Amino acid sequence: MLFALVLGHAAGAVGVFGAARHLRRGVWLVGAVAPLTVVVWLVANAGRIADGQAITARVEWVAALGLAVDLRVDAFAALMIVLVSGIGVLVYAYAWHYFGTSPKAARAAGLLTLFAGAMLGVVVADNLLALYLFWELTSVTSYLLIGLDDAEAESRSAAQHALLVTGLGGLVMLAGLVLLGQQAGTYRISELVAGPPSGMLTSVALVLVLVGAFTKSAQYPFHSWLPGAMVAPTPISAYLHSAAMVKAGVYLIARLAPAFADAGVWRPLVVTVGLVTMLAGGLRALRPFDLKQLLAFGTISQLGFLVVLFGIGRPAATAAGCAVILAHGIFKAALFMVVGIIDHETHTRHIRLLPTLGPGWGPTRLAGLISAASMAAIPPLAGFVAKEQAYGALVDGSASDRVVLAGLVAGSVLTVTYSARFACALVRPNLVSDVVVDRPQAHDWPTRGFVAPAVVLAGASLLLGVAPMLWSGLIDHAAQALDPRAHAHLELWHGVSRPLLLSLATLAAGLALFAARRPVAAVQARLAPPLSGLQVYDAAVRGLLRGAARLTGVVQPGSLPVYVGVILVTAAAAPTVALLAGDWWSGWPGSPGRAAHVPIAILLVVGAVATTLARRRFVAVVLLGVVGYAMSVLFVVQGAPDLALTQFGVETLFVVVFLLVLRKLPDRFDRSDTRPGQALRLGVAALVGAFAVTMALATSGSRTAEPVSRQMSELAYPQGHGRNVVNVILVDIRGLDTLGEITVLVAAALGIVALARAGMSPRRRPDRGSETVADERAGR
Amino acid sequence: MRLRSLILDTTVHLVFDVALVLSVYLLFAGHNQPGGGFVGGLVAAAAISLRYIAGGLDDILVVGRVRPWTFLSAGLALAAGSALWPLAAGGPPLDQRAAEWSAPLLGEVKFTTATVFDTGVYLIVVGLVLMIFEGLGGEEGRA
Repeated sequence: MLFALVLGHAAGAVGVFGAARHLRRGVWLVGAVAPLTVVVWLVANAGRIADGQAITARVEWVAALGLAVDLRVDAFAALMIVLVSGIGVLVYAYAWHYFGTSPKAARAAGLLTLFAGAMLGVVVADNLLALYLFWELTSVTSYLLIGLDDAEAESRSAAQHALLVTGLGGLVMLAGLVLLGQQAGTYRISELVAGPPSGMLTSVALVLVLVGAFTKSAQYPFHSWLPGAMVAPTPISAYLHSAAMVKAGVYLIARLAPAFADAGVWRPLVVTVGLVTMLAGGLRALRPFDLKQLLAFGTISQLGFLVVLFGIGRPAATAAGCAVILAHGIFKAALFMVVGIIDHETHTRHIRLLPTLGPGWGPTRLAGLISAASMAAIPPLAGFVAKEQAYGALVDGSASDRVVLAGLVAGSVLTVTYSARFACALVRPNLVSDVVVDRPQAHDWPTRGFVAPAVVLAGASLLLGVAPMLWSGLIDHAAQALDPRAHAHLELWHGVSRPLLLSLATLAAGLALFAARRPVAAVQARLAPPLSGLQVYDAAVRGLLRGAARLTGVVQPGSLPVYVGVILVTAAAAPTVALLAGDWWSGWPGSPGRAAHVPIAILLVVGAVATTLARRRFVAVVLLGVVGYAMSVLFVVQGAPDLALTQFGVETLFVVVFLLVLRKLPDRFDRSDTRPGQALRLGVAALVGAFAVTMALATSGSRTAEPVSRQMSELAYPQGHGRNVVNVILVDIRGLDTLGEITVLVAAALGIVALARAGMSPRRRPDRGSETVADERAGR
Repeated sequence: MRLRSLILDTTVHLVFDVALVLSVYLLFAGHNQPGGGFVGGLVAAAAISLRYIAGGLDDILVVGRVRPWTFLSAGLALAAGSALWPLAAGGPPLDQRAAEWSAPLLGEVKFTTATVFDTGVYLIVVGLVLMIFEGLGGEEGRA
């Protein structure tokens, strides 16, 4: 069933892509079927999961390697599914209105469905490698989603940015996952967490895995892709930033932290990175005038908050993290939806340009204000309940916990401030704009259906805040699934406690900072770092491209003698070193030649020497042919008719093909080479010759095992049904080799034609050749 | 227009047909006697190159109405197909089957699936050579 749920997304996407023309707006309905099914399934199985049971499924993949795909839904995975699929369904409903009849709708719907499926896969995978697979699928699908508007250069570069950063992080993570799996002796996440390995290698593995998680969850210093990703259509941003993609990194940290937080580098690293991200993201969110950008930096800050809570790896903090991750998903999705509605109806989301939101905008504004208040943790909203948990988890801790708590409070103060900015922009944009303008009333207002998903989410923020018992159980079970010692009991009113006082102090400080926003902005402008993350990324990519171009210039000079020289010297030198290092001399080969060998040997030597002395290319080719034919005579004498036939045929064709090429070359060899150049060529030739002789002597005398050819001769008839052993070897015993070789032949044929045509000017192109691949490649 | 030699033309036409028959013989005989798809293909290719020397590119491209690319793809498809089809039957790839029956005139005939594979090799060698002639042997390349 679990597999069907995940694969259902793929099927839904296929349905959307396949029937897009007939479905029109219905693509969103078809796409929503899969996530909706997941939600229904989750509700139906909620009882079992709440009992602490995990629902598992397993498919053997490569049994011989012990590879299997395990899926597992415990209470924490269920919490994530609420986000991924629950919010996912609302995003579909929202997108139905947002995209309207846009021609991009089908693509967006299909990709969104694939993306939701990949994200579902990440949270239900119980195998490190399966998790990695789904993880990369989210990277790829998010790349396509961010770049949905592929006519815009900005979209494309933002999509590429996201893909490069998260993809690179994913690769680093893969190394870590493999190390971790090897250390633990299992790739099952549930077994890994139950019996975590330790030691130096484990620490290295964890750091690598964390790099992957940090890039995915946009932690400093890998954050810069996330603000760029907001060029995507808003429904996609809403999903990406609230429920999916960025939560994947947090999810992985949450899964591993209870087992690994006490080991070595984990806690200092994760908590530091999380705190830096929370503070830096919060500070950056105070500056932008683009509402979506403001929210994007807010997301970075909140992700830092989550990383700290889960990264600490103690029961209380883990429980708080579970509460915050749900509260954040709900209010952040609603906030993005509100910005999207404003952008859609007024064609701007810029604080400087926002019109006055007049009649008809009430529900939108209310949803935005409630969600912003939940983000600022104002009672009685879900965000407040969750933040109380976070404060409560740390307030009674050790000295280092107090430091972390101080950081969280500072970050929360910033959260209050940028939440206030956002809320103010909805009501009185002039208050938070740097230019005061006369703002006319907006002409249009959104339909009820368009606002409904945001209102539902805002209602959820309110309901979960007023009635915490509704989700207290879910959070409690989810936390216990991560850490059996964890317990959560969510309440709106704990009495006058230190967490409450801290919350009030945070609110007061945040509002004070908001009141002082103009001096703060002036200070920020002066202290702004000289380099933004985006500039660092751009410089890195530019440097990489430039370095690659320079390296290519060095290793691909385009000189045939250099290529041939490098190949020959490598082929000769590397085995020679190995030869000399070993005990290579085993005496002269035993069997002397026969009388018939003498004339053949003379012919071979004379032909070879004469080739080097030839002044005309044509003569050299013919002399080379003499060497080849002499070789085939040698094969005849040695009793190898197949070899002789083949050598004879190859030699004949070789001469003809050579002549074809010679027509395009000067008649005579270029003899203008300098003396050092000649000496170098002579040296290379001597080295290769010496190597060939030494190798032949060494190999003929070093046989230790019984020749495999004897077995082959015995097998040829009973198994290969043939009396010609050479042919049976080619087509049966070593048939796969032959298959590979003929594939190479085909590739070589392609290469020859492409090369030959590359040298021609299009004007002289023969008409007959218009069907070849070289032309197709050139797009003609 | 190149000068054509009557003697060369006639001889080549004769030899060409004989060589093609020889190449097919080598292909089918190869499993039990010297020969095989590769050698057969080379002989056919040598015959084609004779034609080329006598008549130039037009001659061989007219003779072979089938495009070089078709030879290559058909050959690769045959070889890969015969290598992979035992998988469908649950066996290892390249598993060989043989069948013997008596046919009128020919007597005992034995057919092995390896011949299909070898035919693929033959076609690829022929296709490669045709491709080389088409790529490098055009008139405009003549100095």
